[in-house]
Amino acid sequence: MTPALTAEKLNKYFHEPEEFRVLQDISFTINKGEFVPIIGKSGCGKSTLLYLLSTLDTDYSGTITINGERVTGLSQNELALFRNQHIGFVFQFHFLLPEFTALENVMLPALKLGRWSKAETEERALAQLQQLEMAPFARQLSSKLSGGQQQRIAIARALINEPMIIMADEPTGNLDSGNTRLVFDIFNQLAHEKGIAVLAVTHDLDFAKQADRVIEMKDGHIVSPGA
Amino acid sequence: MSVNLLIARRHLMASKKQTLVAMLGVTFGIAMFILMISFMIGVNQFMERTMLSFTPDIHLYNDISTNYSHSIAGEYFKGQPVTVSVAHPKPRQVRLDLKNAAALLSRLRRDPLVAEISPVVTTLVFYNYGPVQINGSISGVNIDDESRMFDLKDKMVTGLPEALLTADKGILMGSGLAQKLNVQLGDLVSLAAPNGMLMRFRVVGIFRIGISAIDNVRSYVSLANGQQLLGKDKSYITDISIKLHDHARAAVAAKTLHNQFGYKADDWETANASVKTSNLVRDTLTYVVSVTLLIVAGFGIYNIMNMTINNKMKDIAILKAQGFAGRDIMQIFLSQAIFIGILGALSGMLLGFILAYALSSVPFPPNEYVALKYFPVAFEPAHYFFGLLFGSLTPLAAGLMPSLKAAKIDPVMILRG
Repeated sequence: MTPALTAEKLNKYFHEPEEFRVLQDISFTINKGEFVPIIGKSGCGKSTLLYLLSTLDTDYSGTITINGERVTGLSQNELALFRNQHIGFVFQFHFLLPEFTALENVMLPALKLGRWSKAETEERALAQLQQLEMAPFARQLSSKLSGGQQQRIAIARALINEPMIIMADEPTGNLDSGNTRLVFDIFNQLAHEKGIAVLAVTHDLDFAKQADRVIEMKDGHIVSPGA
Repeated sequence: MSVNLLIARRHLMASKKQTLVAMLGVTFGIAMFILMISFMIGVNQFMERTMLSFTPDIHLYNDISTNYSHSIAGEYFKGQPVTVSVAHPKPRQVRLDLKNAAALLSRLRRDPLVAEISPVVTTLVFYNYGPVQINGSISGVNIDDESRMFDLKDKMVTGLPEALLTADKGILMGSGLAQKLNVQLGDLVSLAAPNGMLMRFRVVGIFRIGISAIDNVRSYVSLANGQQLLGKDKSYITDISIKLHDHARAAVAAKTLHNQFGYKADDWETANASVKTSNLVRDTLTYVVSVTLLIVAGFGIYNIMNMTINNKMKDIAILKAQGFAGRDIMQIFLSQAIFIGILGALSGMLLGFILAYALSSVPFPPNEYVALKYFPVAFEPAHYFFGLLFGSLTPLAAGLMPSLKAAKIDPVMILRG
């Protein structure tokens, strides 16, 4: 099994309102094709961990390696390019750009990457929406769609640049059980069929239980490193 | 189109009203700048034109000297140990004319800088017509020379300048003066010179320069008649008007002439310093008001950009998460400001032109002091170029800080809620 992501001795401090060590010597590895939820009580540091791993937060000590490349210490611009190429994001609040249609939202990261022509990008985005059964809504403004639909658009957007790893922060936090089920199935499928590593922070235990393995956190430590 | 510009365009289109309001700020700023500067420069040009229409580039004349330091007593006791003090000396007879005028004229005609010269005899006179007596001045001129220099033909209300050549003792009278005396073409007017000489002249033309200080007091007669009125010979010349090929060199040329001949030589700028000063005041006013308008427009844009960026915090965070770098975010917002600026400046130029054009066709309230039919407005491409430049730069400056702020937004803070 090849590691998709390796974290070594991650430490993170919050300085305000008072000095507080959120993460304490966190080390773990996630392999390609694994779907791993991170669970834990509110305030245990799981979201903080996710933002470190996603390279958005660079204020930490320790080392993060994604897909064989050490991302710790890269400049902000290099990190932006890296995220664009290798990481797909899904958030609790779907965070689609309201002025753009569903299709355009999916296309934007690919247009930024510039690997494909505009026509190709559109084709790929449509195919992506098709897989998630969202093709009929492609031309609608994203703000006009329901929560479940928006989340599927967001997943399609996360996948458009063929990332190695998907990071999700409470992806089902705002969804009913039907849609939760659906998002779970999609993640499972992505991991097992396409070999993408999926890392999802959640407090939905039902959601977590069915995954390959679970990372459980408590007070800044990993208490169950899983399988 | 790059994806950044695509996003910028979509933002602008999504909030059309806001975009329009920001743009109108620039539009009005630039339009007012164009209108004001066109009008002010138009006034300046009019003033300068009017001024030059009766001021020669260089005016050469013999200034009355009030230097009484030399006295005969002083000459007599020269070298002896006596102090000579003459209380309240009386001026001796002063000559008002230019000595060796003929030599002076031929010397000036050969000067390569000089385009035209016109020898003049001026004197104060009383105009008598019936019981009416008005003081004024006459200029005895070679009417061809004078007409070429000041374009008198265009300024005639009735009659022609050439009539002076054919008529025996003809006079061209200023319009204000003619009105006060109530004389018309063909009437006879008596002129009394300071030396007591009285002569009758026939009005052969009435001119109007557009400046009451001239039109109300001055008349032209022929050079010979002028000399005759003063009881002087044919070589008697009091003033020489000089027109140069390049009137910007007047100040330097005047100095040279003064040094060469010893007579007073006034260049047009010195003679009309007050016009120059008021031009400067108008220019300053124009720029102060225009810059203020642009700064106000700039603050408008700054506010709107700040508001937009506050509303788009989440979008900025998500774009950053997806791999848009700080400079991309900056480009997205700065290009919106630039777009607002360029469009605002272009429409401001158009509006400014329309307003300036409209003003140029508004009739000027008629009065006897200035000869203006319409408001004077200058149309100069340079003003429009500056309008475009400032109109584009102001929003750029105003958008810079908000865009930098947007580029620095920490996505983690926003995404975590």
